[in-house]
Amino acid sequence: MSDAGPESAAEGFARIAASRLMRARWTLVAAAAAILGVTFAAGGRWLPALAAVAAVACVSALTPWRTRAMRLAEAGAPRSPVDRLSALRLAAAVPDPLVVFDRSATVVQANPAAGAAFGSLRGVDLRLRFRAPEMQELIRLALDDATHPAPVDYVERAPIERLFRVAASPVGDGTGLFVLVFRDQSEARRIDRMRADFIANASHELRTPLASIAGFIETLRGPARNDPKAQARFLEIMQAQTERMARLIDDLLSLSRLETKPLAAPGQSVDLVQVVAGVADSLAHLAAEAGVAVERDLPAGPVLAAGTRDELTQVFENLIENAIKYGRSGGRVVVSLARAPAPDEGGRAQVEATVRDFGPGIAEEHIPRVTERFYRVDAETSRAQKGTGLGLAIVKHILTRHGGRLSIASQPGQGAAFTVRLPAA
Amino acid sequence: MHIVRSFDEDLKYLSGRIAAMGGLAERMVEEAVSALVHADEALARKVVADDLLLDVAEREIDEKAIGIIARRQPLAGDLREIIGAIRISADLERVGDLAKNNAKRVVAITAAQQPVRVVRGLEALAELALGQLKDVLDVYATRAVATLASVRERDAQIDAVYTSLFRELLASMMEDPRNITPCTHLLFCAKNLERIGDHATNIAETIYYAATARQLPERLRQDKSHAVTLDAATR
Repeated sequence: MSDAGPESAAEGFARIAASRLMRARWTLVAAAAAILGVTFAAGGRWLPALAAVAAVACVSALTPWRTRAMRLAEAGAPRSPVDRLSALRLAAAVPDPLVVFDRSATVVQANPAAGAAFGSLRGVDLRLRFRAPEMQELIRLALDDATHPAPVDYVERAPIERLFRVAASPVGDGTGLFVLVFRDQSEARRIDRMRADFIANASHELRTPLASIAGFIETLRGPARNDPKAQARFLEIMQAQTERMARLIDDLLSLSRLETKPLAAPGQSVDLVQVVAGVADSLAHLAAEAGVAVERDLPAGPVLAAGTRDELTQVFENLIENAIKYGRSGGRVVVSLARAPAPDEGGRAQVEATVRDFGPGIAEEHIPRVTERFYRVDAETSRAQKGTGLGLAIVKHILTRHGGRLSIASQPGQGAAFTVRLPAA
Repeated sequence: MHIVRSFDEDLKYLSGRIAAMGGLAERMVEEAVSALVHADEALARKVVADDLLLDVAEREIDEKAIGIIARRQPLAGDLREIIGAIRISADLERVGDLAKNNAKRVVAITAAQQPVRVVRGLEALAELALGQLKDVLDVYATRAVATLASVRERDAQIDAVYTSLFRELLASMMEDPRNITPCTHLLFCAKNLERIGDHATNIAETIYYAATARQLPERLRQDKSHAVTLDAATR
């Protein structure tokens, strides 16, 4: 009402009243016609009828045209492209999970990032979904006094561990809606954990080869000082040990790198036929050395999986290399590839690859545990095969990131089959 | 939706309390294992203290549920939901007890040097059990009961890892009698984690029944530890 400055209060009121009457003119005409019509039909007196018409006109001149809610809505009415921007579109563009909920803590809106991180949330009671004591407290505080409670840290464990800093606040004024914003802090935390894990694992696993090298050095400088034959043998062993340490560090770094990568939906569509054929070619030398024939049972056309080529290559490298090394007594390894007969739990189509060997197999009690880091069925064989104890841990981690799965079947004496299932692209 | 709105609020209160209990139970299991792996006595004491909160919550849920039954005389789905809440809170309270028991063993276990391999196995077992508990409680939130089948598949994995750990601990005790004390405690810890998986499966069954009025089909037991023997001569 900034333009109401020069006119008096009475003039101002008259202007507003006139505009209200103007807006309601057709309703007023209809009301007057109805009242007069009824009076005429009933043969009543005209004076009260005219009074009624005047009363209706007065009311419409005095009452504001718009309700409070309409005025509030108009206050935020579009003025520029930014004002016209839908809140939902804006939320969808935010890469962090963002969840809008009402007074009963029920989710009314979740942006796509929230869907990707936590699954479908719409209509779900937040307190049921986010059960960690800190989250319960945060939601309670937000609902209670509608202020800005201090953000809390929240860890979502599946499918891979993610750490979020979560803030809650009311949305707008008197909307009765609140918003939870999740900021992904996983990377910082994973790097911390990676450092701790790396030190713990590396120190434990490197100690053995290091101790043996130290022992040989002592022998070389002492008792074997003048024995060239022994020296040559010891140096050979030492070289093998240093190679083992180097491989171990490579594998540890590779696993740590995988664990620090953020969980992104694998974008590419990868032809597994090419991947498997490529890996089998690159391992041909190793297979020939071990006297193992790698048989390929691959379909003629491409089999597409959703994933990252490098990582999937790493999966098959590890599986086929393992099959050659640990199943060499069987003399052959069969790699087969096909579309899976059944879709996964979410109803998505899957592809299935199996690496089968015909070696000694894996005893039942070891099967559930072979994907643990440094778990070795038989430490002697593993050492002889230059295994680091990390191959299957890497495979499992990559598959988890891809929404895939590794299953292992084995009968002792008849070999083992490692089956990989991946979402089809 | 019910005509009496406060009835809805009662039911919502119950499910909210169950979720809070679940969150606390999950946290306790996690912290108990972390206390064991990192030999953190303070954390172990915290887990023991937290168990009290679960006991209180269970009693409150019981009283509230009985109150609702007495006042509203619910039928069909509502009745199943309320009875389900009583059963789930009992399972969660047991999960808390088992986590507390693991926490209590921390001092005895960490007094001696631990075989790294067993501790890693225990971590893997805890991860599986926690994953299962989380999945089940997530289904309680979303009521997507179709996904409960995979929860039970995980139970089979837990049993298999448990059997493997059992064997390993037995072997370690036979190797060196000094291992017997820590290994016995670790054995109980593993058993407790396996039991937590069982309680999660129970909760899954309760949720399924409350939502559909049908029972989940009977599952196969994978726990073969009762048949494990180690022949001393072969070692």
